Amino acid sequence: MITAENVSFAYDDAVVLNGVRVTAAPGRVVGLIGPNGSGKTTLLRTLYASLEPRAGLVSLDHAPIGSYTPREVARRLAVVVQEGSGELPLTVSELVLLGRAPHLSTFQRQSREDYAIAAAALSRVGTRHLAERVFSGLSGGEKQRVLIARALAQQADHLLLDEPTNHLDIRYQHEVLQLVRALDVATVIVLHDLNLAARYCDELVLLDGGTVAAAGTPDEVLRPEVLEPVYRIGVQRVPTDDGVQLLFRPLEQGEHREPADGSGPA
Amino acid sequence: MVTLVLAVGIGAVAITPSTVARVIGHHLVGVPEVATWTPAHDSIVWQVRLPRVLLGATVGAGLAVCGVALQAMVRNLLADPYLLGVTSGASTGAAAAILFGLGAGLGENALSASAFGGALAASLAVFVVARAGGRITSLRLLMSGVAVGYALYAATSFLIFASGSAEGARSVLFWLLGSLGLARWSVPLAVVVVVVCLTVGALLLWSRRLDALAIGDETAHTLGVRPTRFRVQLLVVVSLCVGAVVAASGGIGFVGLVIPHVARRFVGAAHRRAVPVAALVGAIFLVWADVAARVALQPRELPIGIITALVGAPFLLMLVRRFHASG
Repeated sequence: MITAENVSFAYDDAVVLNGVRVTAAPGRVVGLIGPNGSGKTTLLRTLYASLEPRAGLVSLDHAPIGSYTPREVARRLAVVVQEGSGELPLTVSELVLLGRAPHLSTFQRQSREDYAIAAAALSRVGTRHLAERVFSGLSGGEKQRVLIARALAQQADHLLLDEPTNHLDIRYQHEVLQLVRALDVATVIVLHDLNLAARYCDELVLLDGGTVAAAGTPDEVLRPEVLEPVYRIGVQRVPTDDGVQLLFRPLEQGEHREPADGSGPA
Repeated sequence: MVTLVLAVGIGAVAITPSTVARVIGHHLVGVPEVATWTPAHDSIVWQVRLPRVLLGATVGAGLAVCGVALQAMVRNLLADPYLLGVTSGASTGAAAAILFGLGAGLGENALSASAFGGALAASLAVFVVARAGGRITSLRLLMSGVAVGYALYAATSFLIFASGSAEGARSVLFWLLGSLGLARWSVPLAVVVVVVCLTVGALLLWSRRLDALAIGDETAHTLGVRPTRFRVQLLVVVSLCVGAVVAASGGIGFVGLVIPHVARRFVGAAHRRAVPVAALVGAIFLVWADVAARVALQPRELPIGIITALVGAPFLLMLVRRFHASG
């Protein structure tokens, strides 16, 4: 269980988060959605204690996250973030093995079991064949899957992901999210694609300008009257055999905040 | 070991490896003296060359592992141990000792001691400047290293100018180019050996953290490493090590820049293997560079920095070309 209560954060004077709350219970997938600059990534960073909130509290398994050592946090919480991988030519298997680091003391070497866990994580995201490749030489999609493999190798009960479907083609977008879904851990995931959010999340938190504009099940949040004022884009819900799909179209001038009925000028 | 014995044998007076082995054996474990070698050979091997080779190996290993650590820390493959301003600090200290007799009270160790003091003061200054604002980032560290380095370079030049002694200026320059010629069985040698061994040990223990930090601060954080704190720990260890090394041997360039790349070529970038291999390669490389420095222009001795630069600069060019080719 990971919880943020009334979390606020500001870079100098610019308030980025203001009284945000979000909770991910065991086995639940919570999606963070919202326009660019709405505070999704900042919220995620406060959840893994990379940023300390100005106000409010982040707690992990009912204890303040600040009461754990960084290593204890890393054993309970795995994070998939995008970061330049530096210039060192680390291989994929070395990178995934690092996921075991929080479980090892400074004087311990990786055991046979750690190698097995890392190999299993690589297989699970379908990148076993990349094991000896240099990470920086992989394609965007391969990198993303390897980073997820490292998070899996951490064997944590909580998983945070910042736009894990970035750079992935459609098939892998779904594969990665199916994988995340099947993990049965408390998951918070930043997503841009609202249809993916609808399909794979149990709950959604819609952020707008650092505050929660709406929260609830995908069906409650992904409605034109909720989304249009936030994204300023026309939204249409289209029922299909495979659930509701969202369609988007630019709003005409002066059309802001009006519910779309699908008959307006396109 | 082979390098050690061979390198002790080579020089203005050539001595066969077997004699070298017997002399060393005699001194170390008391293999009985059968007087197959002359007292002159004995003192050349034991008093002159062995400490020198030992110092060379230590300095090489120390510079190489510090280069590995710093390249990981600032995530820049062109970083080298002198980036922290340590060399310039040490040279200012050394210039003060050579030209103005700073630390003369310390007797024969005055030069090493004031160079070491200068090195530590310089890294402290770099550290303080980089820290302004609470966090230490790689970029800030690089920039303050360059700034402090230039300031101290100016200070050294001023000391040389102010002393007005041509002979003194020459010995400062010679010292700056680096030399293992000061090696004797002495306290400074013991200090360097101990410090370098401890540094290699610490970096080995920290190998996973180095991997994580090399990827990025955010990644390090999510793997349970406090990036800022770890960077401070690394800085302290590396500054002490480089300070001790520079105090003993002057500013030997290129080893800390080039050897890490060679090591990674052999065993990959993971620090669990890169650190010990860099230490080994660095040690062997510097011992042979010193041999070359001793025999190239016999009986005169080249500053070893010239040899390392001769080997290192083309290597650096190759590296640049390869980077260019791969993107």
